[in-house]
Amino acid sequence: MRATDVVKRFGEREALRGVSFEAGPGELVAIIGPNGAGKTTLLSILAGISKPDEGEVDSSNGQVGWVPQQAALYRRLTVEENLLLFARLEGHEDPRASAEEMLELTGLRDRRGEIVARLSGGNQQRINIAIGLLSRPAVLLLDEPSVGLDPRQRARLWEFVSALAGRGTTVIFSTHDIQEAERYGGRVLVLADGESLFDGPASDLREAVRSEAPESADRDFETAFVAYLQHRGH
Amino acid sequence: MRGAKWLLLKDLQILRRSPLQAALLVIYPILIAVLVGFAISRGPEDPRVAFLNEVPAGTRINVGGQELPKANVKDRICHRVECVFVSDREEAQEKVESGDVLAALVLPSDLVNRINSLSTLTPGVPEVEVLVNEENAVKAELVDDRITTLLAQANLAIARRIGAEGGRYLGLLVEGGQFEVLGETIPILGLRTSARILAQVTPALPPSLRPSLEEVTDFAAQARDNLDVAKPLIDRLAQPIAVDKVVVGGESPPLEIFAIAVAATLTLAFVVVLLVAGSLALEREENAFSRLTRGLVSNAGLLGEKIFLGIAVGLVVTLLMLIGMRFFVPLELGRIGLWLAAILASGAALGAAGAALGAAAREVRAVSLLAFMVTLPIAFLSLVPSGAVSPAAFDLIRYVTALFPFKPALEAITAALDEAGPGIGGPLLHLALLFVAYAVLARLALRRFAAV
Repeated sequence: MRATDVVKRFGEREALRGVSFEAGPGELVAIIGPNGAGKTTLLSILAGISKPDEGEVDSSNGQVGWVPQQAALYRRLTVEENLLLFARLEGHEDPRASAEEMLELTGLRDRRGEIVARLSGGNQQRINIAIGLLSRPAVLLLDEPSVGLDPRQRARLWEFVSALAGRGTTVIFSTHDIQEAERYGGRVLVLADGESLFDGPASDLREAVRSEAPESADRDFETAFVAYLQHRGH
Repeated sequence: MRGAKWLLLKDLQILRRSPLQAALLVIYPILIAVLVGFAISRGPEDPRVAFLNEVPAGTRINVGGQELPKANVKDRICHRVECVFVSDREEAQEKVESGDVLAALVLPSDLVNRINSLSTLTPGVPEVEVLVNEENAVKAELVDDRITTLLAQANLAIARRIGAEGGRYLGLLVEGGQFEVLGETIPILGLRTSARILAQVTPALPPSLRPSLEEVTDFAAQARDNLDVAKPLIDRLAQPIAVDKVVVGGESPPLEIFAIAVAATLTLAFVVVLLVAGSLALEREENAFSRLTRGLVSNAGLLGEKIFLGIAVGLVVTLLMLIGMRFFVPLELGRIGLWLAAILASGAALGAAGAALGAAAREVRAVSLLAFMVTLPIAFLSLVPSGAVSPAAFDLIRYVTALFPFKPALEAITAALDEAGPGIGGPLLHLALLFVAYAVLARLALRRFAAV
């Protein structure tokens, strides 16, 4: 997936100011930044939900799976009914087999008959992601997937997502948790006020923060990252 | 279209899984509809009025020293209202205060004497006493109307009786007869007999007297003829203006058919608007809208699916209701084709309006509230008849109600139910136009839906 000089405006406000980046097969890219940085706007443009005012987005390897921040599924249907519905809407030849595959992938086979509303937030998010995977996308976009999850649920989620990347799916996720981005993102894209501040391996981000804000070098990474943003005028 | 089919099944599945909401969605509108239909179809019962007659028994209205026969004022009043006879004023007041009766009518003991004084040199003012409890403005107006009507009836009865007596006296003057006064019977010759006698004796008189006598004879004949004319005039004085009702427009259906049409339209409107608006808002509330419209279902497909869902459920509920109504009111099942046409067209227009509403709010609850806030007043405004409000207000109501599908739906369903009623073509065309307009609005609203 490639984004080139993407600009998005909402009235007078520029939500994205010429953002560019690339992600290859099997790569796990974290988009990080404070609230209002433009993370969700960028993901929704990559997903095709909204159009950029300027710039281009190209996904040459096939379909893009979209997993919105809040679980986009029907809470009054069961886990299996949700998966079946979206498999049918995707036009799968054997929707039952696809649903079975996703039940296996999410580890929710035993809970297939449960109404989604009764599941924990973590399990709902797993189904949310599984529905995003039903289109068998080459690229999976996750908008703050771990929000509202407890540490255990979060760990299981990232285990699941990492496994997807391990199978060759390009995974691009947004977060404002710097440690999560550093731990799970193979690459990190830092956005602030719609501007791209950093694009590179997570280990290089730590180095960039240290050199940009040396006074915070001996403090925790999150504090140092905030100082880095301030140094960059955000 | 295949996607829309699966979405339709999903919506029905969700409805089935929410039996309470589904039941409320169907039962509540039917309950409202039946109550409204019941209220419209049954005219108000005769109001209960306490009646206290303090006039001494046997007292009669006296005209020219002659007592009139009973005017049956009590019977005439009690024919129009349900009379609750009370023994004294306190009881009458207590019944009015408690709401047991709408009002109390008290005929005071001196009423007849005061009426009789009207033909004397010192006329009094006959008065009756009316006790009312004006606990609210509507009731006060109803009581005023009823009491005015009752007194008009009583006045009319008395005036007719007086008129009849006057006519009898005129008849006596013209035709002659017996006149009872102070227990004695006085023979009255009458103008006709007088003229005849004078005509008979004229030839026997000397020629010089004949012209004078002939003048008297002519006067008697003229007086007789003119008094003959006066008699029907006196009769008409009691009620000088007669009503000749001519229906010039607005072929109104029988009341029970209209009531059923109102009930059916209310049910259809609530079921379809709430269901379509709610199910569309649910897509947003569940965050599924953006996922669905990323190529799984087109906007038009999603819209069509929701409207179809509303039409299907509305059709079933309304048909069941109409078939159920056949147990109480004879409805011509042979017109079921027209029923279906009216329900389908109404459902489509109402569904499109519901879709346009559904995109206006973010949550199902807000949309439901909005649907109620729009549908209920429009439904009531659609039932306001011409003449009930000022012409300007009625014109405004007509234009407002023409913009929403309820009124044309009511007209279409009434036409479908009423064999003798106006044609169904006009309302169907109106509904078709509204369907197109609201479908366009809904499409625009869906774009906003996606953008927000």
